[in-house]
Amino acid sequence: MVEGQIPIQEYQTGNTKHTWNIEKLLSAHKKLSEHSYTKGIVEKGYANRTLYVNLTTGEIKEKNVSEDMKHLFTGGRGFGLKLLWDSIKPTTRWNSEENELIITTGPLCGITQYPGSGKSLCLTVSPSTNIICDSNVGGFFGPYLKFAGFDALEIQGKAKKDVVIVIDGETGTVSIESAPLEETNSHLLSEQLTHIYASEDSDVSRQKVSIVSAGTGAEHSYWGCMNFSFYDIRRKVPRLKQAGRGGLGTVLRDKHVKAIVVKVETIDGVSNHPVDPDTLAMVGTKIHREIRDLDRFQCNMRSVGTAHLAEIMDAYDLLPTENYRFGSFPKAPRIYSPEFYKLFTKIIPDGCWHGCTMACAKTVDGYTVMTGPYKGQKVTVDGPEYETVGCGSNMSLWDPLWILEFNFYCDTYGIDTISAGTAIAYYMEMYEYGILNKERCDGLELCFGNGEAVLELLHRIAKGDTGEFIQTAAKGIRRVKDWLKKKNWGEPYLIEECGMESKGLEYSEYVTKESLAMQGGYGLTLKGPQHDEAWLIFMDMVNNQIPTFQDKAEALHYFPMWRTWFGLNGLCKLPWNDIEPENNAETDEPAKVPEHVQNYVDLFTAVTGVKVDKNELINQSERCYNWQRATNVWLGRGTRKDDWIPYRSMGPVTPLEYGSRMQRYDDQLVEKLGLKKEEVEKMSIEERIKELYRYRQDQYQKLADAVYYRRGWTPNGIPTPQKMKSLGFTDKKMLSMLQKKIDEDEKNGLNKWCGTYRGKEKPPSDIPRYWEKW
Amino acid sequence: MQETNTVKILRFHPEKCIGCLSCEKACSKVHFKTEEGGENSAIHIIKKNETFEMNVCDQRGLCLDMCPVGALARNKKGIVILDVKRCIGCQACVAFCPINAMRKSSKRIEPFKCISCGACVRACPEGALELVETPIKDIRKVVYHKQGA
Ligand code: SF4
Ligand code: SF4
Repeated sequence: MVEGQIPIQEYQTGNTKHTWNIEKLLSAHKKLSEHSYTKGIVEKGYANRTLYVNLTTGEIKEKNVSEDMKHLFTGGRGFGLKLLWDSIKPTTRWNSEENELIITTGPLCGITQYPGSGKSLCLTVSPSTNIICDSNVGGFFGPYLKFAGFDALEIQGKAKKDVVIVIDGETGTVSIESAPLEETNSHLLSEQLTHIYASEDSDVSRQKVSIVSAGTGAEHSYWGCMNFSFYDIRRKVPRLKQAGRGGLGTVLRDKHVKAIVVKVETIDGVSNHPVDPDTLAMVGTKIHREIRDLDRFQCNMRSVGTAHLAEIMDAYDLLPTENYRFGSFPKAPRIYSPEFYKLFTKIIPDGCWHGCTMACAKTVDGYTVMTGPYKGQKVTVDGPEYETVGCGSNMSLWDPLWILEFNFYCDTYGIDTISAGTAIAYYMEMYEYGILNKERCDGLELCFGNGEAVLELLHRIAKGDTGEFIQTAAKGIRRVKDWLKKKNWGEPYLIEECGMESKGLEYSEYVTKESLAMQGGYGLTLKGPQHDEAWLIFMDMVNNQIPTFQDKAEALHYFPMWRTWFGLNGLCKLPWNDIEPENNAETDEPAKVPEHVQNYVDLFTAVTGVKVDKNELINQSERCYNWQRATNVWLGRGTRKDDWIPYRSMGPVTPLEYGSRMQRYDDQLVEKLGLKKEEVEKMSIEERIKELYRYRQDQYQKLADAVYYRRGWTPNGIPTPQKMKSLGFTDKKMLSMLQKKIDEDEKNGLNKWCGTYRGKEKPPSDIPRYWEKW
Repeated sequence: MQETNTVKILRFHPEKCIGCLSCEKACSKVHFKTEEGGENSAIHIIKKNETFEMNVCDQRGLCLDMCPVGALARNKKGIVILDVKRCIGCQACVAFCPINAMRKSSKRIEPFKCISCGACVRACPEGALELVETPIKDIRKVVYHKQGA
């Protein structure tokens, strides 16, 4: 449909239409608990209270947000970290009674003038990692939660049966209701609930409702994502954005929450009551125009979203193919973005929040489902994003339709495409080696490229299949590694080093073998290997801008802090550097996009009235970043050992991989390791792999040394009490916990650098317990 | 909503204009009950060397496909109307208008635009403005949506 100017009420998607018996669904609801609250107004970006819901006891209460909390934690993910710290214990695991699922907003969340300002930040103790996982997601829920009266929502305890939590900003009530008859899978459930809770039978009313849900796949796997809805007045369906990583949806379903509903009475351009709306409009208009004029020459986000990355990654040998063995593939052009462009619906304001003119939230409408319970129906598929396309190449699925099918079912089942795709790619490689086979896979022929088997696996997970493989596979790579080793089905080296997980979480879709900084960007992280902390491949590998360990450490300090900032404020990272001012390349630090950093400084002040500069933004992040690492330590992880990454992310694990880039690796043995060309030629491939392995592992340890030092941590990666105090923290429980851990490390000899330093090379500091001198 | 194939748009006769800005004053009266003109007027008359230029919406409707909440639509007469109650002030229409004719006044967050009401035509002492019936297909413009330059 490339016509434009179609009146909204006449717009057609060609999707299968559903009619629901709303009365029947609703009459089966029983109110289990209810709480009325005074509707307040949001002031300078803050609602100044949070909402606490306990599903075990039925308690619903409001908590005050203090000035101190705003100062130390800013908002969004920062608030989430503080609320978690106050509620959980060091022994808390994902399915513990006291584990919380938190959805937060942030002071800039919900402004409409600047693109990318409607994100929710979700946190919980993750089933995959047993530490805190945070996930940034679009959709209307976050802004509506704030405009309904709350900066954050905290859910503790577990309901006995499936419930929905309803936050009604129109009447000022919060209720917990049983919801036995609704569907569970998200594309249908969000539609039902949107119709049930909209005040009137109109698109305007439906657009004022947002639903959080997770499907049956989230119930039966550790890959559960949460779907956040945003009702599309043109397509007339609630569309879905995913809080994907770390199993948030799994926790949601474990708490027996079928959905969370939020509804607002009104919204307008100043619902946040910013101190300076004119500046918001001015800065916003400036970047909207940049997008208008430059996006088509830069990322083409408006036409294909993040999918434009497929061809770039393929060109730079970074597109993960067949479980990250290769970074490019001859069949890859079949899934380049022009192939998806053909399928995407065009000329629609595709922002996942109002006013996002970057509009990367593309859909395929009227897609005919090929397999499973919805076979033959026509649906709207949200995506695919680059990551999902990358999952396709990783599983060797080179047909856009299979990628769409995978995308659709992952979403509606509440499964994170990244975790599932990366994990299945690993299972496929194990299948190729015979470590897995049809029998061991409960009858599935999980070889590379078998789209039907991939979908069958998803369907069986969603149905709660009890096969040993299905059950283990659904828990992700880490559990499968342990299972394969226990079964003694293969060489532990292959099993361990090929599986792309760190901390128990699956990698997202970039090949990092040739970028040491990016290996750190995945490994030296808080929640696990997700590229949202740093994306340094071009700076490091292509442009060689950060050659030394110190340079890399500086980048692995600045960028994770900077990117954390978006999550504290309820913002999307994409409009920061997926569009750049025309003269960006001529600025001092193009990688930082200085003009856009200034935009954020101006926005923060225009909303909150608090005067800040760009350094203060980094301080805000540093506080929360360190707090989260410290919480990981408290939960028993967050040390050097936990920042381990598999060798597949560092270099060639197998002779096949080595052979595929033979020249590159041979040259490195000469140039970097100082071997003679003739020596290399005499070595077997296995010996060359071993040499490279030793070298690269040491490089990673040296990088960790430099990064920990730069971040103000001990050589074992523990944030020091001295650092925490300098950030303004006085929490005694936190400070003494860290000191105790550091003392223990001292006893166990862990406060030492782990790189091997020869000749002129030096560790970051030769002073023992250097942090005590700070 | 649209029931017509033509729409009234403003035509300017610079040779008659004396630059008195009566039109802007009349326009800001319609939109903001003020005679300040300038940023509160949907029509702008700009002096260019010895002559004048007009900048105003020509009802091309490119903004229709930019609005996330459906606050922009053609009315029965084909005129592009901004529904202030529905608008959430995102400025997408302001920024994407290729002729900068969607306006933002500091009086409120929601933009405003020419509604072809003719107040300016009536206010002009020299008869430099007129409303002319124009086929929508001749002026209709759709937002850039292709992949690549
Ligand atoms: S850039 Fe994309 S993901 Fe970010 S807010 Fe806009 S539409 Fe959503
Ligand atoms: S400013 Fe108002 S009318 Fe213009 S696009 Fe945004 S919501 Fe629509």
